[in-house]
Amino acid sequence: MTNKERIAGNVAGYVDDRTGAAKWLKKNLTKVFPDHWSFMLGEIALYSFIILLLSGTFLTFWFDPSQRDVIYNGSYAPLSHVQMSAAYASTLHISFDVRGGLLMRQIHHWAALIFMTAIVVHLLRVFFTGAFRKPREFNWLIGVGLLTLGIVEGFLGYSLPDDLLSGTGIRIAEAIIQAIPVVGSYLSFFAFGGPFPGHVFIPRIYMVHILLLPGIFLALITIHLMLVWYQKHTQYPGPGRTEKNVVGYPLMPVYMAKAGGFFFIVFGVTAFLGGVASINPIWLYGPYTPGQISAGSQPDWYMGWLDGLVRMSPPIETHAFGHTISWNILIPGLIIPGILFTGMALYPFIESWITGDKREHHLLDRPRNVPNRTALGIMSLTFMLISLINGGNDIIATHFHLTINGIMWFTRIGLFTIPPIAFVITKRICLSLQRADRDLVLHGRETGRLVMTPAGEFIEVHEPISAAKAWTLTQHLQDPALAIPNVDEHGVRNPAGIKGRIRARWSTANAEQIPAATVTERKELEDGHH
Amino acid sequence: MNHELEKFSDPGLPEHVHRNADVDPIAEKRAEQQVAILFVLSALGTVLLIGSYIFIKPSSFIYLPVLGDTNTQQLLLGVGMAMSLFFIGMGAVQWARKLMSDTEVIAERHEFRSPDEDRADFVATVKEQAALADVGRRTLIKRSLGLALGLAGLSPLILLRDLGPLPKKEFDTTDWKKGTRLVTDPGDRPIKPSDLEVGAVAQVLPELSGGVVRSLENIGKDAVLLIRLRPEEFNLDAERLSWTHEGIIAFSKICSHMGCAVALYEQQTKHLLCPCHQSTFDVTRAAKVIFGPAARPLPQLAITIDADGYLVAQQPFTEPVGPSFWERSS
Repeated sequence: MTNKERIAGNVAGYVDDRTGAAKWLKKNLTKVFPDHWSFMLGEIALYSFIILLLSGTFLTFWFDPSQRDVIYNGSYAPLSHVQMSAAYASTLHISFDVRGGLLMRQIHHWAALIFMTAIVVHLLRVFFTGAFRKPREFNWLIGVGLLTLGIVEGFLGYSLPDDLLSGTGIRIAEAIIQAIPVVGSYLSFFAFGGPFPGHVFIPRIYMVHILLLPGIFLALITIHLMLVWYQKHTQYPGPGRTEKNVVGYPLMPVYMAKAGGFFFIVFGVTAFLGGVASINPIWLYGPYTPGQISAGSQPDWYMGWLDGLVRMSPPIETHAFGHTISWNILIPGLIIPGILFTGMALYPFIESWITGDKREHHLLDRPRNVPNRTALGIMSLTFMLISLINGGNDIIATHFHLTINGIMWFTRIGLFTIPPIAFVITKRICLSLQRADRDLVLHGRETGRLVMTPAGEFIEVHEPISAAKAWTLTQHLQDPALAIPNVDEHGVRNPAGIKGRIRARWSTANAEQIPAATVTERKELEDGHH
Repeated sequence: MNHELEKFSDPGLPEHVHRNADVDPIAEKRAEQQVAILFVLSALGTVLLIGSYIFIKPSSFIYLPVLGDTNTQQLLLGVGMAMSLFFIGMGAVQWARKLMSDTEVIAERHEFRSPDEDRADFVATVKEQAALADVGRRTLIKRSLGLALGLAGLSPLILLRDLGPLPKKEFDTTDWKKGTRLVTDPGDRPIKPSDLEVGAVAQVLPELSGGVVRSLENIGKDAVLLIRLRPEEFNLDAERLSWTHEGIIAFSKICSHMGCAVALYEQQTKHLLCPCHQSTFDVTRAAKVIFGPAARPLPQLAITIDADGYLVAQQPFTEPVGPSFWERSS
C-alpha cells in the first residue's frame, strides 16, 4: 500500500466512523445517468443559476439599493452633476469605476437571459418527450414554479438600477397592481409606501431579489435535483433500454467530469458574452423620472409576451356604480397569464385523465408518437410567439418598415386564428412521420441504387434497417381510446355527463395513431415480393 | 388482418466498440496531450485576466469592428475570464470523452410503490395514532384550534399594514390649481404663448410655491404636454375649445392606460403616441383614443393667461390623471 492510499483510507475511515457515509456513497458514486444532448438543458439552467449567485454577490458589494437623491460625480462625464437616485449612481459606479464591474453586470444580465432560456427550452423538452408523466408530476410542478419565480426575479433584477427604462417597467407594474378591483389602490400604496414612485420600492424589491427569491430558488432546485436523483433519470427508447432499467455512464468519474466540465463551459461562454456583448447600457438611458421616456421601450424577452398581450388588448373599461374595472389591463396582465400557467401546471393530470394512463413511465416518447400532445405544445408556443412579436411591434415596425397598426391587427387576429392552424398542421406532420417510420421498417432504407430486372423493369434496391433501429421505431405503446359508453345499462344517455363526453372526445383524438409496423407485416410483404 | 401480429423484439444493448485511444497507445498519448493543452490555455486566460486588471488603464478604449468603441480593460478581463473557465471545461470534457471508460452500464429501477402490506400498516398506524389523540371525537378542540390557527395566520397581514399610508384622495388630485403658472421642465421658467411656435411641443409642470422641492411623485401626476396648433385645426366642443388658448392645448402627459409618459408627437398627423403600448391620441379631438389599448382620452388641462401674460391653469384637472383604479368614478 502506498503512502497516498494509506492517507486516503484514513480520511475515508474518519468520515465514515462519524457519518456512516461509506455505504451510501458506494451506491451513489456509481449511480448511472443516461447520456443525451437534450439532458444538458436543465444543467444549463442550474449552472447559470450558480453564475447568477456568484456574479450577483459581486454586484452587492457596490450596489446601493436606495432611492435617496444624490448628485453624480463619477467618471462618466455626460451625467456629471445630474441629480439621480443612489441606486442609479452606484450602478454607474459599478459600470465605470470598479474594475471588472461592467463585466460582472453584463455577465449577471446575460446569465439571467440564459437561465430563463434554458428553463423554457428544458421545459419544452420535458413536455414534448412526456417526461412529466407518472411518477414525475411533482418535478413538473416545481419546474413550473421555478419558471414563474424566474420571470418575477428577472423583472425585479432589471428594475433595480433605477434608470429611465427600468423605472418605466416599474410604472407599468404599478398600473397593473392599481388595476386590481377593490384593493388595487391600497396594494399600490402599500407596495410603494405612498404615491408612485416613492423612496422605498427599490430597497424592498432588492431584499426580495437577493434574499427571499434566491432562497426559495435554492430550496426548490434542491428538491428538483433530489427527485431526479431518487427517481433516476428518464431515458430515450432504444435497444436494451426498458422501463425497468437505466442505461448510461456512472457518476464517477465520467458523468462528474462531463457535468463539471460543462459548468465551466457555460460559465466561460457567459463570461465571453459579458466581455464582448453590451447589454442594458443603463448610462445611455439616464436616471428615472416619470415625466420622460425613451422610444422603443422593451422589457427582457421573457416578459415580452406579456407586454405584447397588453399592447394588443382592445380598449375596454367598465365604469359602473362609481367604480372602474380596467379589462384592458386585467385580461392581458393577470387573467390570461393566470390561465396559461395554471393550465401548464395541471397538464400532467389533465393528460392522465384523458388517457386513463396511471402507469409509471421511464422511457421517453418520441414527439411524433404522441401527435395530440405535440400539436398542443406547438399551438401554445405559437400563441406565445405571436404575443412576443407584438411585444416588439415598435422595433419590428422601424426595422422592417411596417406600420405598428398593421402588426397590431395582424397579431390581434393571429392570436386566435394561427394557433389552431398550427395545431392541425403539427398533428398531420406527426402522423406523416409515423407513416414514414412505418414505411422505413416495412420496406427498408432507400439505397438510391436502381436495378434492372431481367424482365426490363427498373426497381430501387431497399436495404433492411438494423434490428436496433426497427425496435426503436416500433417499441412505443399505442393505447386505444378510452371506452366511455354513450348509453348505460339502464338506457340512460351520457351516464358520465358533459365531463364524460369531453373525456371521450379528447381520448379519441388523443388515440389517433398510425399502427406501428410488425414483423408479421414485414414478412408478408417480403413473401409477396418473391 | 385479424390474426395476432408479431411485434419487433428488443435486440438488447449493442456490442461495445472501442475508441482509438483505448486500443492505440499513440492515440492515447495524443488525447492526453490535447487535454493538457486545453488546461494550459485556461492558465493563459487567467494570466490575461490578472495582467489586464493590473496593467491596463480603466479609461482606455479600443475600436473594434461590429462592437464599436469598447472599454479595453473590461473587454480583456472578459476574454481572459472566458478563456480561463471555458478551457477548464473543454479539458475535462475531452478527458471524459477520450480517456475515461465509455462502457455503458445498466442499472435496474425499482418500483416506487411500497408493498401492499407496508401501505396497510401505514394506514393502520395513522388511524391508531389518531385514535390515541382522539382527534375524531374532540370537536370542540378541533374547532377552537381552527379558530386559533386562522387568527394567528392573519397576524403577518396585520403587521404589514404600515408598509404604506392609505391612498385617500391621492389618486384624484394634482398640484394644478386655479391660476397655477405653467413652468418649463427642466428650467422652471414661466411661459408666454409667444414662446411656442405653431407645431411646437413643450413639457411643463405647475409652478410650486417658494421653498417646496419638486419630487418625482409630483412629476408622476403633474407632468403636462403643451402643443400649439392653428386654432382652426381643432375639432372641439365649445367648452373644450375654451380650455385652449391661442391654439395652445394642454394634456396630462401621464398615459391613461398604464402611466407611461406619452412623449411621441407626430407633427404631421397631430397624434400623440405612447411608446410603451402604442396607444394613440388625436390632439385635434381632445386626445381621443384612436388606436391601442388605452380606454380613455388624456385628461385636458384648461389654460389661459394671467395679468402678466404668462400661461396659467384655469382650474384643476376635472378628472384623475394616469391609469385607472377601482375608486375612479368615470
